Amino acid sequence: MTLMSRLLQSPVSRALVAPHGVDGYLEALHPMWSVRDVRAEVLAVDHPTPDAVTLTLRPNRNWRGFRAGQHARFSVDIDGIRRERTFSLASSPHREDGRLEITARVHPGGLVSRHFKNRVRPGVIVGMSQATGAFTLPWPRPEHLLLISGGSGVTPVLSMLRSLCDENHAGHVTFLHYARAPHSMLYAAELAELSRRRTRIELVRSFTRESAGGELSGRFSESQLRTVAPEFARAQTYVSGPPGLARAVEDLYRANGLDDRLYVETFHPPAARTSCGTGEPESRVVDFTAGASDADESLLEQAEKRGIFPNFGCRRGVCRICTAKKISGVVRDLRTGRLSDAGEERIQLCTSAPCGAVSVRL
Amino acid sequence: MPTVQQSPRLTPEQLASLGRELDEIRADVLARLGASDASYIRRSVRLQARLELCGRALFFLGSLPPAWAAGVVCLAIARLLNTNEIGHNVLHGQYDWMRDPALDSTTYEWSELPTSKDWQHSHNFMHHTYTNVLGRDRDVGFGIIRMSEDQKWHPYYLGNPVYAGLLMLFIDWGFALHDLEVDRIVKGECKLSEKRDVLGRMTRKISRHLLREYLLHPALTGSLFLRTLAGNACANLLHNLCNSSFIFCGHFPDGAVAFTEEETRNETQGHWYYRQLVGSANFTASRFVQHISGHLSHQIEHHLFPDLPACRYPEIAVRVRAVCEKYGIPYNTGPLHRQLGSAWRKLVKLALPPAKRSSY
Repeated sequence: MTLMSRLLQSPVSRALVAPHGVDGYLEALHPMWSVRDVRAEVLAVDHPTPDAVTLTLRPNRNWRGFRAGQHARFSVDIDGIRRERTFSLASSPHREDGRLEITARVHPGGLVSRHFKNRVRPGVIVGMSQATGAFTLPWPRPEHLLLISGGSGVTPVLSMLRSLCDENHAGHVTFLHYARAPHSMLYAAELAELSRRRTRIELVRSFTRESAGGELSGRFSESQLRTVAPEFARAQTYVSGPPGLARAVEDLYRANGLDDRLYVETFHPPAARTSCGTGEPESRVVDFTAGASDADESLLEQAEKRGIFPNFGCRRGVCRICTAKKISGVVRDLRTGRLSDAGEERIQLCTSAPCGAVSVRL
Repeated sequence: MPTVQQSPRLTPEQLASLGRELDEIRADVLARLGASDASYIRRSVRLQARLELCGRALFFLGSLPPAWAAGVVCLAIARLLNTNEIGHNVLHGQYDWMRDPALDSTTYEWSELPTSKDWQHSHNFMHHTYTNVLGRDRDVGFGIIRMSEDQKWHPYYLGNPVYAGLLMLFIDWGFALHDLEVDRIVKGECKLSEKRDVLGRMTRKISRHLLREYLLHPALTGSLFLRTLAGNACANLLHNLCNSSFIFCGHFPDGAVAFTEEETRNETQGHWYYRQLVGSANFTASRFVQHISGHLSHQIEHHLFPDLPACRYPEIAVRVRAVCEKYGIPYNTGPLHRQLGSAWRKLVKLALPPAKRSSY
């Protein structure tokens, strides 16, 4: 921490700006300045394939770096609403300019990925978390490595491969990648170039929708594995990709008693985040379902009937005292009839009725 | 004379359709909220912070009177923005839909003396739910002034203009005493011991405020300590005078109607809207004044839709006015000086005992 940032975080500085934080004032001077938050400036937006987007980012000084294979949460405002998504970092942590790279597959319904592709331009600033995740290479680096990826799951293992190259890793790396077709494969040129330049990196591509173009074709199987990496039992294996691929590899390794040599990257769906308590010891998650007898019964009324008494004020949607955090599920606004999103958000208990199962932190 | 008769009595059917029309306006605006509203509040936050930093910096040149005066003005405007356009509106949940933790009504701590939590109880709940209901809405005269003929006269009220003047100068402290319900404690309606939690929270917050404004910032300017201290005090006074003027125009001007608890028992959404319409008053203002008043210049729209972003009130006002015309409901508005003058005439008049008891 620099002297300046230590000074800015001292109790005196905080007292000078109370009750607001120092960050509010720093942010007003420069959008990247903060003593606490990680923010990153978009330097480049590339479109490696028609349905993918790659961002090159410059993080601010609060970024504490990452290890190859880790991911971070990114937040952007879309139509005024803050949206958060987790992306694996694809760049090497050893990159000298300290820049980060993420690549997202753009799904037709993907709010954030579409925003990245269509609306984000160089100069835009996004919010970030610090890097997290245990999907990383051990130290010292294993002699034999097998990196398996499918589709856009390539990013964390690509980061590993790039980082191994930067470290002049002497061991043997087999990079087995699954894509639908040659034209939709991400980082195809760079991977080909790396394996051409370094004899100890072997690239094996398998296309699942086309029989030609790759070293293999079709989905992951035991015979494929035995062909490309006969010594896989001696290698450390990292797999990152769609759930189908991850499961197939896991099953095979378990059947061979090799679970301890396999690392799988799994992303937690948003709802799974409830498991980690976030400093609100008195709160608890309460589940509701749509009232059988009365569809217009609010969450507040339902809770009270069950002997739970959340704070409330006006009971007509005016004062916001009964506002609580919905963890998951869809609610209907009793005044407008509008349905909410399914994810985490603040709702007013007195004017929200559940549509199906709803979890609320009270 | 029951004051409510100054406005037309609507039939239950009329009230129901009034409710539907206003609900529609709300739903329509809600559906259109987006990037422009987000950028409006973010710009306000940035402007506030820059003005405050600018004001604080100018006090380092405090030995030059123009720099000192400019510092006072910067700080007063910054604080008005912070109280009204940002604090008051964020605490109403106007920006909760943005899901930005920094603008979240449940976690935001505003810069005024009462804590956000206590303010939300006394303001969002008591005042906005029971607007102008005598005995329930503690903003009617704030417990110290006589603002309605329905408040029983007492020799104490001879001091009405004095209390109002003091309130205007020190309205930030007025907020604090108001949330402590000091007036009720004095009247023996509740005990100070019941208020221990509020008092504790508020004492901590107020001591931090005093430390910041009257010790730390002055100390930072070294030998200019006293000038900076005086500058901060003047900025606060200027803020209070402006802010109380905006607030007095909200429900005090002539024509703003008070209600009894009887009238509001089991009221429908339509009647609730009606009560907000006739109980509030707007004032016409420049863009700048609208901004520093947090759009309290559109008190009527704010009371109908307290949780819609305030920057939408001017556009909503056009539609609300049309609805008022349709139902023959008076739409109380006028220039700031006229509304404020009307409020002052009223509170001088109400200082004196009623000339004769009216017929009811």
